[in-house]
Amino acid sequence: MPGLGASFGRGGATTFVQDLVNADCILIEGSNFAECHPVAFRFVMTAKERGATIIHVDPRYTRTSAAANLYAPIRSGTDIVFLGALINWVLTNERYFKEYVTAFTNAPYLVREDFQDTEDLDGLFSGWREAGTYDTSTWAFEMEEVPRFDGEGTVKVPMRDETLAHPRCVINVLRRHFSRYTPQMVEDVCGMPAATMEQIANLLADNSGRERTTAFAYAVGWTQHTVGVQYIRTAGILQTLLGNMGRPGGGIMALRGHANIQGATDIPTLYDLLPGYLPMPSTLRDEQTFAGYLKNATKPGWWSNAPKYITSLLKAYYGEAATPENDFCFEYLPQISGDYSVLPTQISMKDGNVKGYFVIGMNPASSGQNAELARAALERLEWMVVVDSYETETASFWRREGADPAKIGTEMFFLPCATVLEKDGTMVNTNRMLQFHDKAVQPAGDAKSDLYLIYQLGMRLKTLYANSTDPKDRPIRDLTWEYPHEDEHERQRGEPSAVKVLQEINGYKVEPGKRGYECEQVAAFADLKDDGSTACGAWIFSGVFPDKATNRARNRVKDDWTSLGWGFSWPANRRMLYNRASADPDGKPWSERKKYMYWDEEAKKWAGPDIPDFPATKDPRTPRKPGATGIDAHAGSDPFIMQPDGRMQIFAAGTLKDGPLPAHYEPMDSIVRNHVYGQQNNPALREFDRDDNRYNGPENPDFPYVLTTYRLTEHSGIMTRYVPWLAELQPALFVEIDPELAVLKGIKNGGWATIKTRVGEIEARALVSGRMRPLRLGKGQRVHQIGIPYNYGTLGYTSGDVVGDLIPLAMDPNVSIHEAKTLTCDIRPGRRASYGRTDVDAAVPVSQHTTAGESHAHGVDHGGDRG
Amino acid sequence: MANGFFTDTTLCIGCKACEVACKQWNQLPADGYEFSATSYDNTHELGGTTWRHVAFVEQAAPLDAPAADTKWLMMSDVCKHCTNAGCLEACPTGAIIRNEFEDVFIQPDICNGCGYCVPSCPFGVVDLIAPADYDAPRGFVSDGRTNDDATQHHGGIAGKCTLCYDRQKLGLTPACAKACPTESIQFGNVDELHARAKERVEALQARGVQAYLYGVDDNNTVGDLNAFFLLTDAPAAYNLPERPVLPSTRQRAGYTAAALTAAALALAGWAVLRSGD
Repeated sequence: MPGLGASFGRGGATTFVQDLVNADCILIEGSNFAECHPVAFRFVMTAKERGATIIHVDPRYTRTSAAANLYAPIRSGTDIVFLGALINWVLTNERYFKEYVTAFTNAPYLVREDFQDTEDLDGLFSGWREAGTYDTSTWAFEMEEVPRFDGEGTVKVPMRDETLAHPRCVINVLRRHFSRYTPQMVEDVCGMPAATMEQIANLLADNSGRERTTAFAYAVGWTQHTVGVQYIRTAGILQTLLGNMGRPGGGIMALRGHANIQGATDIPTLYDLLPGYLPMPSTLRDEQTFAGYLKNATKPGWWSNAPKYITSLLKAYYGEAATPENDFCFEYLPQISGDYSVLPTQISMKDGNVKGYFVIGMNPASSGQNAELARAALERLEWMVVVDSYETETASFWRREGADPAKIGTEMFFLPCATVLEKDGTMVNTNRMLQFHDKAVQPAGDAKSDLYLIYQLGMRLKTLYANSTDPKDRPIRDLTWEYPHEDEHERQRGEPSAVKVLQEINGYKVEPGKRGYECEQVAAFADLKDDGSTACGAWIFSGVFPDKATNRARNRVKDDWTSLGWGFSWPANRRMLYNRASADPDGKPWSERKKYMYWDEEAKKWAGPDIPDFPATKDPRTPRKPGATGIDAHAGSDPFIMQPDGRMQIFAAGTLKDGPLPAHYEPMDSIVRNHVYGQQNNPALREFDRDDNRYNGPENPDFPYVLTTYRLTEHSGIMTRYVPWLAELQPALFVEIDPELAVLKGIKNGGWATIKTRVGEIEARALVSGRMRPLRLGKGQRVHQIGIPYNYGTLGYTSGDVVGDLIPLAMDPNVSIHEAKTLTCDIRPGRRASYGRTDVDAAVPVSQHTTAGESHAHGVDHGGDRG
Repeated sequence: MANGFFTDTTLCIGCKACEVACKQWNQLPADGYEFSATSYDNTHELGGTTWRHVAFVEQAAPLDAPAADTKWLMMSDVCKHCTNAGCLEACPTGAIIRNEFEDVFIQPDICNGCGYCVPSCPFGVVDLIAPADYDAPRGFVSDGRTNDDATQHHGGIAGKCTLCYDRQKLGLTPACAKACPTESIQFGNVDELHARAKERVEALQARGVQAYLYGVDDNNTVGDLNAFFLLTDAPAAYNLPERPVLPSTRQRAGYTAAALTAAALALAGWAVLRSGD
């Protein structure tokens, strides 16, 4: 998540859920914490019982709001205005933690003179190119030459004004940037009363500082926007100004939506990353050679170690074939030449440019955005493999309502897979914690573990190319692929060992003539080398398996707080990131009440309940060493070791594509014009304006209501719709509307309603509730917000229309995240006329209604088949 | 030593994990897939095959009032395991007993499905399980036996919370309390739970919360409830009786009235006969 990464250095939650009990105040925004993370929410409830104030800001009054001390409504898609106003309020009222900010952030740095802000350019930053991207060269600091630490010449470092007086100091640029974000603007744009915003501002400021800390929690309610990364940036800046980062009861809790979603970015299923957040080589940068790649990947700060990590990764991949002479087979790696994330791939598939598709742990036909486009795209494939525990809507796309199987040429393979209890393996939870789980029972029927399926696919490919002399087949031939299971019976079944996979992820010392699993483990990533003498599958997890007998992911010793004996959190089992910031620049706790990590003067090392996120014996008074390698250049008071200068980046110099500071832009589809700037949308966002992906556009009178989407406690998707006990709890797709709108549109509680966008229309049962309430924006504009849960599809004991059929594809420029949390729509009473599309002359014809009874019976039949 | 539940509604987040854990452990079937449009409650009430039920009480602020004034109360309801249990008194076969944990337990192999217990519960908890629902579930009988005569020839047998009798016998916490992520449902010795609950009420009242216990020291005929609740609104808001009454306590008045009526009729008859002389 670059939102956190650009600010602090790493793309993971900065704290752990168990520490929320130490917060004096918790702001939950962009998250329905209680409903979507009910087990972790116990720590919020405990904090509340201990006297913390819980604030929930959300378009809807949810089960989280019910448990909060204060609920504040907001128009979906306007959080940067609210958070920006809090930043402005904190700066204007001098309520920020000055000592913390001066010492730990780039607030004193001077921004270049030719940088122009959104204040100067009505919503644009300097460097805008009509081509649709920014030239980010002016988003940088004024540099000065200082002598190198060793006296040999000079190096350039950012100019600073420690008094924070200079007008081009970052903090003063920040003040000016957010000066128009006032409480009145919050009322006019967000629909939240100014008094409520100021009440929250006071609560946050009163509960931050030396003696007290505030934690923030967010989830995909903040990320799934065309300005999503900048939402997280705004929160990061605010939390830093309040001095809450790296401290107990503070931090930013990024709540992950699925069980292993953190793991899926750590060892990524993302097209542009290699394991451990190493960049994927790109033809768009000068990375065709190993030397070019290393030059780009190696950065000041911690990333000076990048050569060790990539070399060890290549050794893990290609074993003895990887030698210094052949650049460790660097050329085997694919090189990306554009955006191959999910949405552009979907579009490309629809246009006939994708031949084959593996769908594992995903269900684009029901949970994708513009899901009908996704389903239609599947028809253009030559083949598709779906791996799932259930037949999903994706696997059955060829017999969906309105489709003609005779006309679909896609060859379909469905591979049933084991559920979590039927296989060995690991998951990484929201605490960045790796936990190993053992197989409890054999999978039912033909089901196999995902590991088996991937492993056996690799084995078959290796057999296929075993005799090839073509150089392009060498990556498959040279791939190390040996994980013999410890158990004889499993080995006979062809099941690989998840333990040996984890051992390889941890890393080992290469020994000539020996297989990876026969070699000695490395103890930690500090042991990794760039000379090919070590191999490591993902450096951030190094340390989880320090010797063949110790699998720390199996550890299950708990205590009341950090529980270092439970599982293994990357990096190096640290539970709280940037925890050096829990002590003042001299290494003393900011206060006794908020004591965490501190410098032990006698032992000459960092001490406390956690693993220091800092060199363990680096004295806090160590001066900066300009020109030194890696974090040796940082001072003993620079806590953000992943950053080039060891500091939190309030001003993100050139790391993001849509601005060094966050600015409010309206969503792609919005009911209003941008009240803050002339610029309506994020200028750098990516859109796909085409017939099968049409936007409602700004202020479209045909679509006058705000639509937001979410998930329910009772359901995830296909997995829960096949569980009767969960299906009965929320047995139908419903749409939540406020009583005023219900009267206005003649929609009855419990009756049917049809929701429509320019992408499609769907039907749902109406749930009229005073928990939904109209907002009043500037000039008295009355705004109705509609909520609809995202869990339904055509299969299962309960079924319902696919909400993705309403959502056009539009992306944030940094991470290609879609915009599913804020849309516009129309709503009317009654049922839909057609399935999916509004343009009924398109591929999918008008079809008959499915009554609740019929669809129910349909679902039961399926359940019976599988039972 | 009575074991019971203390359900603290101020800690309930409405996740329904208790409902699911109960049905999963006791292998109770889903009751259907009907959308109710009543808040987030689609299982409506306790019944023969729903032994935990989370009630959702929406108290939305008027649209012109601050949004923060809205309340959404959640309460996980369950069999109260009354000290004076109406169902137990009404049972003619002895199927309903007070077990060694002092919980009210229906022995499924004794129950003949007469249904007398159903109207005798002051809380509307007990209900008959339809015979069709016997096929799927197994666990709600502790030893796998049911009264075949009742299940095959009559309207079914009575079902309600067993307080996880089978789990208790193994020293395990009942499934609902085990699954509750916020300790809204606490299981244990009732005396200890009472003490804990009273402290909790005091702490909440000190914070200005209008909290009280329901089913503890209430001067009524059902006596203390072994499954009692901490509430913040009137019992009626949670669909609980303000003052539950044990049906058998109405017997004296009922018989007296019947006897008086009979006596009056006899007197009247005698008078009529006499006047006819």
